Amino acid sequence: MEAILNWAQAHIDIIYIVVLSIFLGIEVIGRVPSVLHTPLMSGANAIHGVVIIGAIIVMGKVEPGHYVTLIIGFLAVVLGTLNVVGGFVVTDRMLEMFKKKK
Amino acid sequence: MELSILTICYLIGSLTFIIGLKMLSHPESARKGNMVAAVGMFIAIFGTIFLYQENGVGLHNYGWIFGALVLGTVVGTLAAKRVKMTAMPELVSLFNGMGGACAALISVIEFGHIAALYSGEHPDQVAPTQGTLLTIFLGLIIGAVSFAGSIIAWGKLNGKIKDFSFKGQQVFNLVLFFATLAVAGYLVVAIDSSNYVLFYGILIAALIYGVLFVLPIGGADMPVVISLLNSFTGVAAACGGFLYDNSVMLTGGILVGAAGTLLTVLMCKAMNRSLTNVLIGSFGGNAAGAASAASGSQGAYKEISISDAAVCMSYANKVIIVPGYGLAVAQAQHVCHELEKLLEEKGVDVKYAIHPVAGRMPGHMNVLLAEADVSYDKLIEMEQANDEFKSTDVVLILGANDVVNPAAKTDPASPIYGMPILEVEQAKTVIVNKRSMKPGYAGIENELFFQPKTSMLFGDAKAALQKLVAEIKSL
Repeated sequence: MEAILNWAQAHIDIIYIVVLSIFLGIEVIGRVPSVLHTPLMSGANAIHGVVIIGAIIVMGKVEPGHYVTLIIGFLAVVLGTLNVVGGFVVTDRMLEMFKKKK
Repeated sequence: MELSILTICYLIGSLTFIIGLKMLSHPESARKGNMVAAVGMFIAIFGTIFLYQENGVGLHNYGWIFGALVLGTVVGTLAAKRVKMTAMPELVSLFNGMGGACAALISVIEFGHIAALYSGEHPDQVAPTQGTLLTIFLGLIIGAVSFAGSIIAWGKLNGKIKDFSFKGQQVFNLVLFFATLAVAGYLVVAIDSSNYVLFYGILIAALIYGVLFVLPIGGADMPVVISLLNSFTGVAAACGGFLYDNSVMLTGGILVGAAGTLLTVLMCKAMNRSLTNVLIGSFGGNAAGAASAASGSQGAYKEISISDAAVCMSYANKVIIVPGYGLAVAQAQHVCHELEKLLEEKGVDVKYAIHPVAGRMPGHMNVLLAEADVSYDKLIEMEQANDEFKSTDVVLILGANDVVNPAAKTDPASPIYGMPILEVEQAKTVIVNKRSMKPGYAGIENELFFQPKTSMLFGDAKAALQKLVAEIKSL
């Protein structure tokens, strides 16, 4: 218990970020027309590709000679890039259909 | 927290995620919102590559990093651009799985890293904290579950994987779930970072759980499941953010985790089913469905000929078309647009009533009709449609079934009971186009077909519409 409270004290800014982000995430989605559910899901999918940054950090720190780690890191960055790039492109394609015709 | 250019990059990234998501929830700004988030992501990624420093040391292995980025970009762009419109939800699921796998792999590497630190191989002999181990395990488990589940969801939407479940599966799943958490919890509390066997055991258990979680759920419910898995991957990304004290990963991850969860709930509401019902009730639904199908009466239905239907529609004042999955399967959206144009030339007011869950994903019909260049303002949402049916002369139902089934309002035993439907029976005439009298996706009879105002126009949607168009032209 003591350890948890100490940790909370030391990382209070992270706790603020998490709590505020949760409320923000919920607020922002507020009133979405059902026709946008799928593109929104696709856009959110692309955004969580931000996990690639962790993969880049990991791969950038690998010491020379640790080939297994390097390959796993390489794979992680490829997968993350697929998530990000694929995600944004698919979302854009879904949304290009929403042009108003004159 | 020292202010640096990287910190600003991360701040910009986080802001674009928030603004982008907000813009994505309105039709006019949706496309720009996507771009905004993409730009922010770009800034955050490249800021990290060039500006990230730990203990004064920047990142290296640039060749490998850029190689991976290029590979992923090329493959991802090609896949996303080439795929058919109707195959997009499964691609979303696949990409979601990639993100989950990425998170899990980060945990794999970090665990190895920490194991090396702890065993004294590395100069900085620091024991890992419980917090670090906890985030590593959470990222591993959630990422793995999301990856495995997303692959199964992809297979289901593809048609490659059938629904499968075994007796006692719910119990098995729960036991597996708690056992995995217990082992991980033990490793965290004991600050044991050297036990590779247990670590990989947890990874495998999480993968199995992911598979079993999604396997029994029906294909029609996949969009809801994908949305849920989407939020899981967001949480896994946030775990990475905790691990590296990285604010942009944290905000991006939590935003998607929260927004994704709410979106899942909203999708369930549109079907008027609870989330637990979707995840667990697939069995119960089928059983009830079978029962009511067996007891349903095969009343008399009327058929209508092409020429009668053509006359009926040409001389109507107002026609509303209700598109459904059958239209998508027949790929008849272009002929449908032709019919619409033809009728409009004859002075008929034509609109399309779009039910939120018509087709196989929310927005499916919109995308289908947009592909055929149908004007966006001809599509009306369910609430507005239900107001307009009473002033409508003819309703033409193209391959839609459950979304116009009155049992949703009248029969408490029906698996679709409570789901809001398009109240087409308020119109003067209803013409239903289907291939046969076989039940639709929910597997139940539709009493709309046996009502006096309704007549059936059998045939493949594309063939039937082509004949209708030809007939109307000759009138």
